[in-house]
Amino acid sequence: MNVGLEHYLVVSVLLFCLGLLGVIVRRNLLVIYMSLELMLNAANLALVAFSRFSDTNSLDGQVFVFFIITVAAAEVSVGLALIVALYRRRQTAHVEDLTTLKL
Amino acid sequence: MQDALFYTFAFLTLVFGFLVIANPFSRSPVTSAMFLVLTIVSLAGLFVLLHAFFLAAVQVLVYAGAVMVLFLFVIMMLDLKEEERRKIKTLGVVGGLISTGAILAIFLSSLLKAPLGASQSPAAEGGTVPLAKLLFTQYLLPFEIVSVLLLVAIVGVVLLSKKDLK
Repeated sequence: MNVGLEHYLVVSVLLFCLGLLGVIVRRNLLVIYMSLELMLNAANLALVAFSRFSDTNSLDGQVFVFFIITVAAAEVSVGLALIVALYRRRQTAHVEDLTTLKL
Repeated sequence: MQDALFYTFAFLTLVFGFLVIANPFSRSPVTSAMFLVLTIVSLAGLFVLLHAFFLAAVQVLVYAGAVMVLFLFVIMMLDLKEEERRKIKTLGVVGGLISTGAILAIFLSSLLKAPLGASQSPAAEGGTVPLAKLLFTQYLLPFEIVSVLLLVAIVGVVLLSKKDLK
């Protein structure tokens, strides 16, 4: 059987769900961040696959992925700076210890 | 040949991705980061199979290079020893599995119903030249905005990592 669009989409969906599971289950802020990266990469894979198998022969999906990678790099740098600032103040990178906003 | 490569890379991506979030041997963030590098490299392999050569190179350079170095630096600075001692709560795992399974079911059922069979003649080639042409003509404004966004991110990071954060 030839590998088509569906195969790539199934891989993308599974990878996205793995990332989502990591965000929900893990309690370490850094691992949660890595799971977020996993989810972004799953979306990238779906966009590249759509771009490859599109009727109009356009590269719009790949341009989208280019922008997603750039924005993800900016997001990671700001987020990690926030984690470092948080660790300086509270000495923890664990979501269970951050309960100031809890009622 | 291509099919075998697809199945290899897809399998590797999913296995390494699973090891990022749940490694049975080690709970340390460093091993998660290393497996994330492997996931990203095998995803770059999938990109090559989709003829997105430029994006595969960017994926390896930006993600596996720059972003992961950033992650490892922060892990090194934070000294996270107590992670191994903590227990994962069963309620969280069960709730996560249920919600993720529900979303997976929604995704897969909509994928089954979607009319994807129409275009099975892959054509688009993602080399440097066609992508650059698109990026500097049709998508020039978003490109400039993204460069401003990167500048904003740099300023924000410098501000956030100052010693006395007000």
